[in-house]
Amino acid sequence: MRTIQFQLNGTPTAVDTDPDRTLLDVLRGRLGITSPHFGCGAGECGACHVMVDGRAMASCDLPIWSVVDKDVVTLEGIGTAEQPHPLQRAFISEQAMQCGYCLSGILISAAALLKRNPSPTEAEVRAALDRNLCRCGSHNRMVRAVLRAAAEMAR
Amino acid sequence: MMSAVSPIPKLPPSLVANPCLSSWVRFTGAGRVAISPGKVEIGQGIVTALAQIAADELDVEIGRIEMIRASTAASPNEGVTSGSLSIQQSGRALRQVCAEVRQRFLAVASERLGVDAALLGVEDGMISGPGNVRTSYWELADEVSLDRDATAGAVPKPAAARSLAGHAVQRVDIPDKVFARPRFIHDHTLPGLVHGRVLRPEISGAKLLTLDEAAARAVSGLISVVRDGGFAGVVADSEGTAEAALKALRKGTTWAAGEPLPDENDLAGFLRSQPAETTVIDTKAAATTKATRTLRRQYTRPYIAHGSIAPSCAMAQWDGNRVHVWTHSQGVYLLRADLAIVLKLPAENIVVEHMEGAGCYGHNAADDVALDAVLLAKAADGRPVRVQWSRYDEMCHAPFGAAMAIEIEADLDADNEIVGWRHAIWSNGHAARPGRATQPALLAASEIANPYPRMISTNPPAANGGGGDRNSVPLYDFPAWTITSHRLLTMPVRTSAVRTLGAQGNVFAIESLLDEIAASREEDPIAFRLRHLRDARAKHVIRAAAQRAGWMPARQSGIGHGVGFARYKNTGAYCAAIAEVEGTDDIRVRRLTLAIDVGEAINPDGVINQIEGGAIQATSWVLKERVRFDRSHITSTSWTDYPILTFSEVPAVEVEIMQRPEIEPVGAGEAAHGPVTAAIANAVHDCLGVYVRDLPITRDKIIAAMELAS
Repeated sequence: MRTIQFQLNGTPTAVDTDPDRTLLDVLRGRLGITSPHFGCGAGECGACHVMVDGRAMASCDLPIWSVVDKDVVTLEGIGTAEQPHPLQRAFISEQAMQCGYCLSGILISAAALLKRNPSPTEAEVRAALDRNLCRCGSHNRMVRAVLRAAAEMAR
Repeated sequence: MMSAVSPIPKLPPSLVANPCLSSWVRFTGAGRVAISPGKVEIGQGIVTALAQIAADELDVEIGRIEMIRASTAASPNEGVTSGSLSIQQSGRALRQVCAEVRQRFLAVASERLGVDAALLGVEDGMISGPGNVRTSYWELADEVSLDRDATAGAVPKPAAARSLAGHAVQRVDIPDKVFARPRFIHDHTLPGLVHGRVLRPEISGAKLLTLDEAAARAVSGLISVVRDGGFAGVVADSEGTAEAALKALRKGTTWAAGEPLPDENDLAGFLRSQPAETTVIDTKAAATTKATRTLRRQYTRPYIAHGSIAPSCAMAQWDGNRVHVWTHSQGVYLLRADLAIVLKLPAENIVVEHMEGAGCYGHNAADDVALDAVLLAKAADGRPVRVQWSRYDEMCHAPFGAAMAIEIEADLDADNEIVGWRHAIWSNGHAARPGRATQPALLAASEIANPYPRMISTNPPAANGGGGDRNSVPLYDFPAWTITSHRLLTMPVRTSAVRTLGAQGNVFAIESLLDEIAASREEDPIAFRLRHLRDARAKHVIRAAAQRAGWMPARQSGIGHGVGFARYKNTGAYCAAIAEVEGTDDIRVRRLTLAIDVGEAINPDGVINQIEGGAIQATSWVLKERVRFDRSHITSTSWTDYPILTFSEVPAVEVEIMQRPEIEPVGAGEAAHGPVTAAIANAVHDCLGVYVRDLPITRDKIIAAMELAS
């Protein structure tokens, strides 16, 4: 057991935990953060993506010790219904999902992309989302939504 | 003598089975309407389409409608949410129910207000008429009993009077998902919730012999190790602890030998050599035969995994001899029936409640994991137990879509016109769903002490669209044909329903051979199809797709175009697809252009979303997917071993809807897979000059087809 401290959605957070537990397990099992989803446990599907210091990363195979003092952002920290992130508005406008299980990870990957590249091309959006799997086939809607959000943010 | 007998009004089948109005519609406090369908949300947007239908017929704003999740405690029993039937079944029932409810309220309002019901109107639930008289559904709710059976006496609005159906409406579930509000069963918690994991063999079909529980029991936080015959699992205070305990438990197990698996590189040889039940699906004879030659071609498709992004999950809680189950099953009543058999309990002791899971493309492990949770929860002292499968288990223990071998013999006359057609299918059955037999279909039922035999998959009857034979009867006007289905009586690889059942394979085979025959006549493949179709709606979608895709596109080196068409189940949605591919040995699909006719499209954007999704999923199946195995293990147990289409590989998809508000709506979820599969295969031939008849169309299969052709 160790006390692990990090920033979670802008709030200083401390958890007493086995440092080898995964970030996903701690977020979901201890901190009540449900947006990152378990998909594969091997970092292959992107459903559990969170931002760590601005980069989208799989949290299902990331030990919690590795985020000590880092800045972790989940979909809960991206925006709210009252103050939505442009990506959230765009995904609603484009109805960009079917089941939506992969959505949280995709929004995180997209948010990380727009941070480092505010006006990506379609090919750059697709490349940035290649580590996220979608089984329902909503890819093109999601790509349109990311481009729409980028355009809105540029205005 | 009676005059002018009006036809006896007929209730939709879902309403005949569940006639009580209040089981579908209730007016609740504060201006809300509770709509309770028996169909469930599986990522297809059905609850929104049903809300549109109800809001239209009741004349209330869609925002007032609260869609109730299906539960055996209260919901109408509509069987299973499958087969692209929810709009047909639940939608028709709700439309009829809501029309009758509106009529009953207007009758009572008429008495109360002293105004002829015909003069009353409803606007957002407010009932008003001449002289400024007003009341509302909610004001009258205590006076109008809905605890009575539907009569079929009410007539739903004509298409032109509907304000929501036929229009793109935003899905009701999307804001929750975008704003991280828990909606999936995976995100739900219950007071005192603990976590379970189940031990399953790595060798296919192996049975648990001995178990050393000591190491698992030493894990801090373990609550219980459960063993019932060959079924074993753990319950612990957290997911991480349960997984650690399962890992410890696995080390101390011994397994009996499993059942050998077929040769993955000779699926046709395996399928065609097994004992089978043979059924002639359809036959018609021509007056004369004038065949000068016969083309014989064999097509195969591999086993296909569901590959839902979420592993299956369920929760269960016992209270004495009663159990409550939370599940993302497609059929809460059907699951309950199987649970009742396994638990030897009356069905009334079991409540099965639906919660959303990730996208569901057929009979996956949702039902299996529900029994797992029920069995593990027996050892939890009344606490609720949540069980979630691993990705590994999801990819090797859930049922697969059945592999198929299809042989077509086409008799051709001197002009290469088709004069005879024989289509034979070898495949396991495409359905082994729970709740339909005297034995349970759930995985753990075949593992517990006194196990039930593992159910061998069967095929739904032809009247329900068939299974392996789905879409095997051509929609074309060939003068003679015989369609035969051979359903395997062995099942070394577990199969059940995956999107389209056998239709993807059959449409691939028929449409591929049609292209080959058209080419031998040097006839345009679209003209060839149109010449052999008598159905105007079929011709219309083909022409619409062709026009939108600019058929016939100019020839470009390294690029190919192809067409595919089917009417799903021969009774459902019409769909034509045109594919544009590029490549030399690795094929990339650049663009798919589709036209679709579902009759009345309740939510056109929902239909487009389903068709786009189906087209992209089919592209993934065709280019990449194949369940892999050696002679004793399923080996495609991760996304690395079972790759699916990525964002960069997804084609552009354009969909055109033929809106026909006057025609009863049908579902869209499975219409695209067959036509897209065929369109890609035909485009590959156009591009490379080789017919690939074994799916998936990978580099290896293309090279093999080239070698075969040379």
